[in-house]
Amino acid sequence: MSEKKNNQVSRRTFLNYTLTGVGGFMGAAMVAPMVGMAVDPLLQADGEGDFVYVMDEDEITEEPQRKTFTIDQEDGWYESQAERVAWIFRDGNGDILALSPICTHLGCIVDWGVQDDHPDQFYCPCHDGRYDKDGVNIPGTPPTEPLHVYEQRVDDGRLYLGRANPR
Amino acid sequence: MLAKIYEWIDERLDITPIWRDIADHEVPEHVNPAHHFSAFVYCFGGLTFFVTVIQVLSGMFLTMYYVPDIENAWNSVQYLQSQVAHGQIVRGMHHWGASVVTVMIFLHTLRVFFQGAYKKPRELNWVVGVLLFFVILGLGFTGYLLPWDNKAFFATQVGLEIAESVPIIGPDIKTLLAGDPNIVGAQTLTRFFAIHVFFLPAALFGLMGAHFIMIRKQGITGPL
Repeated sequence: MSEKKNNQVSRRTFLNYTLTGVGGFMGAAMVAPMVGMAVDPLLQADGEGDFVYVMDEDEITEEPQRKTFTIDQEDGWYESQAERVAWIFRDGNGDILALSPICTHLGCIVDWGVQDDHPDQFYCPCHDGRYDKDGVNIPGTPPTEPLHVYEQRVDDGRLYLGRANPR
Repeated sequence: MLAKIYEWIDERLDITPIWRDIADHEVPEHVNPAHHFSAFVYCFGGLTFFVTVIQVLSGMFLTMYYVPDIENAWNSVQYLQSQVAHGQIVRGMHHWGASVVTVMIFLHTLRVFFQGAYKKPRELNWVVGVLLFFVILGLGFTGYLLPWDNKAFFATQVGLEIAESVPIIGPDIKTLLAGDPNIVGAQTLTRFFAIHVFFLPAALFGLMGAHFIMIRKQGITGPL
């Protein structure tokens, strides 16, 4: 090849690039739907939680009560009833508070007033995480944020709970 | 960048000779469709391999959603087909690819047969090829049951009856395949799933490896 053609793309390079490009395109077209299928859970819209009747308003005390309720759960092709737990009470202002029992440290289940040293606290047995009555984590214990709070709605003296959200 | 990474690895592991052995060989003129169009018959083996790759990949992704259980199998297929992004496409690839791979391996077999390419010294590769053909048919048979719809159920019923018609050991073969002498049900489905997803693919990969090593060692047959 003469000196003049040095900056030109050689036949071999051209074919290499074209074949790699076309092959890459075909491969991508083949794999793209499969990857899309795999990441589908990331694309699914977060379903809105329904509100479920839990207890009557006049039964709510200042002492947290443990209440269970069931929600309709749709897990892909599997529909089932899942049980949820809430600690329900009236706080100092008389407002209703419904706390999720799921520890914000690593997801164990907290219990109320089971520890003799701290009778007025929520306690997580896994790593000794503690929360005060309002569900705020005690500094120096493992949890990093307060217990999540259920969305609530009071209708005709009846308490309905939705999904639990971080505060 | 890529060249640098390649050099870094090559300097340590000397992979260029391996790569040369696998991929860098000339295509003889008589098998190159650019020279003689009729040489397209030599493409069927490669096409079989290509579609097999698609089958393996799409199958891997399908198992992310599929459940081999009579309660959930059909529902999970329905879900991945109608609710999952691109699920219809991926299942379509696996569904149609299953037929395409069978057609391609059949055409490949015909080419080798009518060209007499199976003759000495390539008899062993012919034997391996025939085994591959049976493995592909087995994959088609076992995969057909997995959606657990009516067509799948009754096709398997018929297939098992055919297996049962083998003299003497027929009933035992049927029980072995179905997991029960009388029922096509829960045990059949899990068995077929295990065979379809683990046993036959393992056999397929081993045989394909042998097939390719032999063809590289012996080279393709000369012109007719």
